[in-house]
Amino acid sequence: MIWWIIKRDLLLAMRRRSDMLTTLFFFIIVVSLFPLGVGPEANMLRMMASGVVWVAALLASMLSLGRMFSSDYADGTLEQMLLSPVSLSALVMGKTISHWLVTGIPLVLMAPILGIQYDLSVEALVVLTLSLLLGTPVLSLIGAIGAALTLGLRGGGVLVSILVLPLYIPVLIFGTGAVEASTAGMGFGAHFSILGAVLLVSIVFSPWATAASLRISMG
Amino acid sequence: MTINWFKYASPASFYFLAGRMIPYFSVATIIFLIAGLYIAFFSAPTDFQQGEAYRIIFIHVPAAWMSMFLYVIMAFWAGVGLAFNTRLSSMVASAIAPTGAMFAFLALWTGAWWGKPMWGTWWVWDARLTSELILFFLYIGFMSLQAAIDDPRRADKAGAVIALVGVVNVPIIYFSVQWWNTLHQGASVSLVQSPKMATAMLSGMLIMSLAAWMYAIVMVLIRSRLIILERERHTAWVSELKEGVLE
Amino acid sequence: MLTTKNLECIRGEHRLFSNISFSVNPGELMFVGGPNGSGKTSLLRLLCGLSLPDSGEICWNGTDIRELCGDYRNVMTYLGHLGGIKDDLTAIENLRISSALAGCGIDEDQAADALGQMGLAGREMLPAKVLSQGQRRRVALARLLVTQTKLWILDEPLTALDIAAVDLIKGILEHNLSTGGMVIMTTHQEIAMTAATVHHLTLS
Repeated sequence: MIWWIIKRDLLLAMRRRSDMLTTLFFFIIVVSLFPLGVGPEANMLRMMASGVVWVAALLASMLSLGRMFSSDYADGTLEQMLLSPVSLSALVMGKTISHWLVTGIPLVLMAPILGIQYDLSVEALVVLTLSLLLGTPVLSLIGAIGAALTLGLRGGGVLVSILVLPLYIPVLIFGTGAVEASTAGMGFGAHFSILGAVLLVSIVFSPWATAASLRISMG
Repeated sequence: MTINWFKYASPASFYFLAGRMIPYFSVATIIFLIAGLYIAFFSAPTDFQQGEAYRIIFIHVPAAWMSMFLYVIMAFWAGVGLAFNTRLSSMVASAIAPTGAMFAFLALWTGAWWGKPMWGTWWVWDARLTSELILFFLYIGFMSLQAAIDDPRRADKAGAVIALVGVVNVPIIYFSVQWWNTLHQGASVSLVQSPKMATAMLSGMLIMSLAAWMYAIVMVLIRSRLIILERERHTAWVSELKEGVLE
Repeated sequence: MLTTKNLECIRGEHRLFSNISFSVNPGELMFVGGPNGSGKTSLLRLLCGLSLPDSGEICWNGTDIRELCGDYRNVMTYLGHLGGIKDDLTAIENLRISSALAGCGIDEDQAADALGQMGLAGREMLPAKVLSQGQRRRVALARLLVTQTKLWILDEPLTALDIAAVDLIKGILEHNLSTGGMVIMTTHQEIAMTAATVHHLTLS
């Protein structure tokens, strides 16, 4: 059943590629603006790179949260999901996975190319990409709770950022920390372990909290 | 004699109970505040390293403590409201949020005032200050979410979810900020108090904390009463209250 | 059998309805009528378990639907006035996905067959956004042809349908009722049902 939902959401995303591309271009533009703001000095850019890429990824993933449930809400599919004999948490998990595949994966793939703009070493590029690969699913999982709570509210888009961004902080810290540790020649294994632990905790709790939030918002 | 505690779980009886309790707690607030401020300004010795400016911790530390306690208490009552569908606990949770946010803000503000003479800068990316800032954001998130929802029942439940998610996240956030802080040690000064505090300082701080507790209770009671009146304005007891039959 | 006792629903400041009690037995249909804003949709949402009543209870075969959860959802089909039709999916994809969501997956042929019966032959592969309102509604209602459930809760199913389609729906409803099914629906254009017990509930 999860598979059905993922397949459907990917199909919808493919028929509306522009939504997916806007998020990706937002990410690219934000990252490319920073050197224009702070100057092209290579050393400084190298220091900033992981932070800039990560913050841009946070914002890009947050921007796409509004679409996660809103179209299903508007056309009545969400009602059908709530009434499905299949567990709502499972359906939510499916929707979160497809959200990540559609918005998270393109960011992960684009990150090394953007990292080159910042003169990152090959090792740092690999670590940055891997940290995004581990961290972006958490963004989708936590973001789903915020998206579910603000469903159908006026000003929901801004509200979701206030709710969700503070909760993204640990991911930001350990994601950028991994890159910095590798640039400084230290081990980054601990950062990855913690990111992995945060991911596991989110996988366990987030679908359940999101399902509860959806019932609250639709009730 | 057995007391029927559930009686006070109804908004109407809580309204009157809170009304009777407010004066006592107000008096307690004033007494503790006067005693605490007296110790803070007159009997606590001047710190030989930090001079007179350290006296701001008599407000800063209790405010920081309160902001953390109140978040947990708020999440607890919101969670009780969500789990047992008790309206009163959700109303109390909403009443706690502004006071908690005020204390978080006060802690940040006084932290900046203290930082300026101590470190020569208004803001330091110290782990505790950063965590306090994030806690302030969490309060703001809770209040904005509740404010954006028109249906009070949905607002209660949605607020409870975000408060509980916040409570689960607070330790993770605190831990990650600590970690981040040790990585960037060069950029900050540790807030950890090095030598032992004088007894007068410690007692002053504790009494000020009690004053902050009492103040928080008074504010929460007052705000709960207002929320109860607003939510229950169509019920019989509120109309009777308006006509002066009760109380 | 679906029974309700003293249902009450409050939305914001005012009470939409209270003391609604009724029961619907196998083979029976209930029309829910009343002016706009009288709480018809709210009542249906309570009956299918999307929202909770402010007081009163709803029982399926004597057990509260809140306790039944998934078991109740297995025997009930709800079609809201929104329909749950995705613009970017074809008619056949829409029907297959909504059926799968409702717990009874169907293959391409079954879906095409159901859409054909609904008078949509030749349009199965068109994206829903090029279909007319009435055709979209037919896609949504095609669910009723493939569902295995007995209790149908339908919110304004006849909106935007032409006379032929209304007749079609009437046939589908009668078939369900004659095989021991139950239907609760809101509508502004009542249809004359033959050979079925019909109840009327009017909200004011």
